[in-house]
Amino acid sequence: MEKVLMKGNEALAEGALIAGCRGFFGYPITPSSEIAEYMARKLPGLGGVFVQAESELAAINMVYGGSSTGTRVMTASSGPGISLKQEGISFIAEAELPCLIVNVSRGGPGLGGIQPSQADYFQATRGGGHGDYRVIVLAPSGTQEMMDYTIEAFDLADRYRTPVMIMAEGTLGNIMEPIIVRDPVEKFYDKPWAITGCKGRKPNIVNTLHLASDFLEERNRILQAKYKLIEQNEKRAETFLTDDADVIVVAFGLMARIVKKAVMEARKNGVKAGLIRPITLWPFPDEHFKKVAETARMVLSVEISMGQMVEDIRLSVNGRVPVEFYGRIGFTPNPEEITQQLLLLAEREGF
Amino acid sequence: MKTVFKKPESLTDAQFHYCPGCTHGIIHRLIAECVDEMNIRESTIGICPVGCSVLAYDYFNFDMLEAAHGRAPAIAAAIKRLLPDRTLFTYQGDGDLASIGMGEILHASVRGEKICVFFINNTVYGMTGGQMAPTTLLGQVTTTSPYGRSKDNEGYPAKMAEILAQNEGSAYICRTAVNDPPNVMKTKKAIKKALQTQAKGLGFSMVEILSTCPTNWGLNPLDSMKWLEDNMIPYYPLGELKVKEDR
Ligand SMILES: Cc1ncc(C[n+]2csc(CCOP(=O)(O)OP(=O)(O)O)c2C)c(N)n1
Ligand code: SF4
Ligand SMILES: [Mg+2]
Repeated sequence: MEKVLMKGNEALAEGALIAGCRGFFGYPITPSSEIAEYMARKLPGLGGVFVQAESELAAINMVYGGSSTGTRVMTASSGPGISLKQEGISFIAEAELPCLIVNVSRGGPGLGGIQPSQADYFQATRGGGHGDYRVIVLAPSGTQEMMDYTIEAFDLADRYRTPVMIMAEGTLGNIMEPIIVRDPVEKFYDKPWAITGCKGRKPNIVNTLHLASDFLEERNRILQAKYKLIEQNEKRAETFLTDDADVIVVAFGLMARIVKKAVMEARKNGVKAGLIRPITLWPFPDEHFKKVAETARMVLSVEISMGQMVEDIRLSVNGRVPVEFYGRIGFTPNPEEITQQLLLLAEREGF
Repeated sequence: MKTVFKKPESLTDAQFHYCPGCTHGIIHRLIAECVDEMNIRESTIGICPVGCSVLAYDYFNFDMLEAAHGRAPAIAAAIKRLLPDRTLFTYQGDGDLASIGMGEILHASVRGEKICVFFINNTVYGMTGGQMAPTTLLGQVTTTSPYGRSKDNEGYPAKMAEILAQNEGSAYICRTAVNDPPNVMKTKKAIKKALQTQAKGLGFSMVEILSTCPTNWGLNPLDSMKWLEDNMIPYYPLGELKVKEDR
């Protein structure tokens, strides 16, 4: 199959169009803006709707409205913009509306900087807004996956009637790689709940207000049951040379590809390293850690943050193996410095 | 037998929860009558706000969505663009529309979104217990302006109809009141004109409706009507502020 050279953000946007996304609502922010620009060019010709909203608050509420019509819709932003969207994401999660939210992430806190970052991990995996809810979070590691995971994200969103987030460090949005452009796959999801006008049926209501205590609790139980199901079905990770590894490095996104190089480099230097790359950040692939917690002597989380995913790893191994952390912000750790870390660990621990 | 009065089909049988003398109920009915008369119930979608009318989705007998505080115009705009042949309206209070939702309402009008906005101005935050709103009048005492609103401290009350009428995207802007039967009838006319403006695709429309909140004003229903006439109408003059006849 012929490959095309594409930028990560454009591959993601094209993936959305392939998945049948026909509504984009966004507000410009580096390093995500190419997604909006691509959609602004392409959607009108496809009979879709593109709106540059006045703010991320408005944009996510347009997604709320758009999704309630049963149309596949999305928004994309970065750090400060994703913070503003949290109100809407909470409403969308409770209203059980499918949609895609993309965070091409940059450094924070505050205005931070436009350097690639993974420091929105907590915000993405803990729900982010108010109330007991989760969103499925997918972390692509290259341009092909920017497209493929986007297509999949819309299916997950429709299957579980839930917002799905794609978290990609800014680099992923902006590097170019040759990719295979996928063919559209028609999947039909019945959406009897959609707000389309009540012709020939009873009125539909999209609502998140539950004043009665028992109903509020019931709604929460229903959501939790759905999250349990997602946890059962959708945990995903890639493993690399983990079987005989003394030290397991854990990294997601583009960071994981960089770590792969360090793992091989460490092996050349006699250190048996392996990699676990979570693909779903929520649900966190804790099962992939069961075996290595018995066989490995050490786990090292490498993140472009001051240490967030490391907490989920510690919960996953539950004290059975020590978990260390190496991270930077403003910079992406390079293969040499990670290799160096691995050699130092091996020397210190004597493996 | 000839029927001379009946409940509009666009209202459900649910009982309104509004306080005695509150005008939210009158306005619900007027909207429902207009939707019935235009025969658009099955293609109408309403967005309710956060405020006393948050439960409006239980009262209107067509598809409804309940918005986050102030965001109704963004939601309505997205739905209208994806389903252009449906009729979209938002129903919003003054805290919802003129305070937390100022961005959303202003830009819905700037972009000329083809939606109708029914704006219930009762000069206070009814639902949360009578706090000051952007529309609270000078000198008016509320729980968060206990010494009366002053121009130096809280600033002047916001005139939303005048503000929105300036935008090219606004096709129909009108201010009415529901203090007496003639004004109730005028309000109904304005609501219908707003819906017709949308049907013709002319642009954004808003009817600002001066309303009462006897509970938080601390007045009985009748005195509330009088207070509206004596204090609100002089500051918020009634009438059409913008009427676009064609595209
Ligand atoms: C984000 C957010 N902030 C605050 C509130 C609390 N709140 C509920 S209703 C309301 C004011 C409503 O006043 P208004 O829009 O004037 O409607 P009314 O009740 O007077 O009809 C506020 C502040 C909320 N629900 N959400
Ligand atoms: S508090 Fe005021 S606005 Fe709310 S229902 Fe009672 S009278 Fe109406
Ligand atoms: Mg009010």
